[in-house]
Amino acid sequence: MANEVVDHGRRRFLTATTAVVGGIGIVSAAVPFIKSWEPSARAKAAGAPVTQSLKKVELGQQLIVGWRSLPVFIVNRTPAQLKVLPEQDPRLVDPKSEVDQQPKYAQNGTRSIKPEWLVMVGICTHLGCVPDYKGEIKPEPFDPKWQGGYYCPCHHSRYDMAGRVYQGVPAPKNMQIPPYHFVDDTTVQIGVDPKGATA
Amino acid sequence: MSNVFSNIGAWVNERAPGMMPMYRAHMTEYYAPKNFNLWYYFGSLAILVLVNQIVTGIFLTMNYNPSAAGAFDSVQYIMRDVEWGWLIRYMHSTGASLFFVVVFLHMFRGIMYGSYKKPRELVWLLGMLIFLVLMAEAFMGYVLPWGNMSFWGAKVIISLFGTIPYIGNSLVDWIMGDFLPGDATLNRFFALHVIALPLVLLLLVVLHIAALHEVGSNNPDGVEIKKGPKGNRWDALKPADGIPFHPYYTVKDLVGVGFFLLIAAFIIFFAPTLGGWFLEHDNAIRANNLVTPAEIKPVWYFTPFYAIVRMIPSFLGTAVWGVLAMFSAIAVLFVMPWLDRGKVKSIRYRGTGYKVALGIFVLSFFGLGAVGAGVTAEVIPAWFGDVDLTFWENLFGRLMTLLYFGFFVFLWAYTHFGWEKTKPVPERVTTHD
Repeated sequence: MANEVVDHGRRRFLTATTAVVGGIGIVSAAVPFIKSWEPSARAKAAGAPVTQSLKKVELGQQLIVGWRSLPVFIVNRTPAQLKVLPEQDPRLVDPKSEVDQQPKYAQNGTRSIKPEWLVMVGICTHLGCVPDYKGEIKPEPFDPKWQGGYYCPCHHSRYDMAGRVYQGVPAPKNMQIPPYHFVDDTTVQIGVDPKGATA
Repeated sequence: MSNVFSNIGAWVNERAPGMMPMYRAHMTEYYAPKNFNLWYYFGSLAILVLVNQIVTGIFLTMNYNPSAAGAFDSVQYIMRDVEWGWLIRYMHSTGASLFFVVVFLHMFRGIMYGSYKKPRELVWLLGMLIFLVLMAEAFMGYVLPWGNMSFWGAKVIISLFGTIPYIGNSLVDWIMGDFLPGDATLNRFFALHVIALPLVLLLLVVLHIAALHEVGSNNPDGVEIKKGPKGNRWDALKPADGIPFHPYYTVKDLVGVGFFLLIAAFIIFFAPTLGGWFLEHDNAIRANNLVTPAEIKPVWYFTPFYAIVRMIPSFLGTAVWGVLAMFSAIAVLFVMPWLDRGKVKSIRYRGTGYKVALGIFVLSFFGLGAVGAGVTAEVIPAWFGDVDLTFWENLFGRLMTLLYFGFFVFLWAYTHFGWEKTKPVPERVTTHD
């Protein structure tokens, strides 16, 4: 044994292959730990659809319901609020709602199924705060020509009454419209698309 | 008696022969420059605060309940019902803020005297890693009381990762373990805050000190005492301008500790929230995922970095730029040893341009802090009346952001193109006998 010549090539090969196999083992062993951070089965199950009656929502009023622990804004928009929507287009980032932030059936001027009813996830697209509802068309400290909409208290992003984001604010996209449909004239279900429609 | 002790000492030494040499190498025979000034208190003070955080933290976990349902109440329980619980919690919360005071001053000292330059680049890098882990540690600790600011702070900070194209949204769900910060988020943050990150922090502190003691401490003159004359009172081969860390600097540091504890005790006993700067008022309200606090702002030590996120608008359909800028604000500090090509270390002998730039850099840091903390949002209407707040705040904040990054660009150009006119550096520290 003592006289045998050391085969360095063989030794390097064995060292390298052992290291590679060991490395694969460590990476594989890390997978369960990394996957354990995913939302659990319980958290996923909590994301069931929510049904809400609209009978008591007055004109110009906003109702907030929880869906998947997210606040969903339901607004009964006034004719005045609807009238100024097209006038906002030149000041908006995405006036035609081209970015994928709404189902196909809500990709229109009012971003809704019925023009008066706004159903929207009330989460600022910047960093996830809940914007304040500033529905009245009147001068505000942050905008003397305010036309009604949403104002985020975190980083001062502004949206119009269809959740479309204004230019020059940190938020990049319009607020998200969730999948929803009307069960009957005064009941909305959030989390399920209308029959036959696809997102 | 002394015989018994020396016997025990000999017994240990035979079985663990490294103990005494290590003590000597890092304490009684570690020769530090004799001209340390006030700026050299903050390293040992950081260790003091670290020990305080660990001890008070251990005692807080004994009564804290890491669940979305129980966390807020358990903190109130600690404050009201647990004997001396209020003191332990206020020591921990005040300690967190003072940790950043001490670390910011410690880092500024390093910049001012060029302690990040060759041969101490690794000391600086390890220190920056400590700073990074400390920020993660502080953020997660801030979430644990599960007040409304905890909740929304967590949401905003985690959403920073959501701005990354393509993987952002699933990354956010992965970090939170739910579709909103909840039980899963709180529990994992608790685990990271009390076990994982403190272990990493301690390891990094040991490496930071080991790396420092290998190359030796810098000093206000920025001269290498190891390259100077040899021979001092204790050792003929060691630097003439060095004195043993123990007892000379341990005693000096004790004076700093006394003064520091005086300030800390004043805050803990008389102003534990420091008017909302150390503990925010909105965090005395239970977490509520449907109500955002009127003004979400982080604790003061994050405000300069947070302001940078706010000041950068989104374009090309993504908000990732502000987040990138914020991380760059920290990343650029990592590469300082290679940005600054100047041969002279200490501000005492550097060019006027450097001194002015450093001054502006400090002002921009405070300016960004004022924007991030919402000070400008209050001051602009109060001083200038009915003006367009958004416009002026953005103008000011963006100017401060430019100045912050401008410092690093200037520092590189100033030293790279040889524009700096330095003063002659002395051979030895200026206060040698």
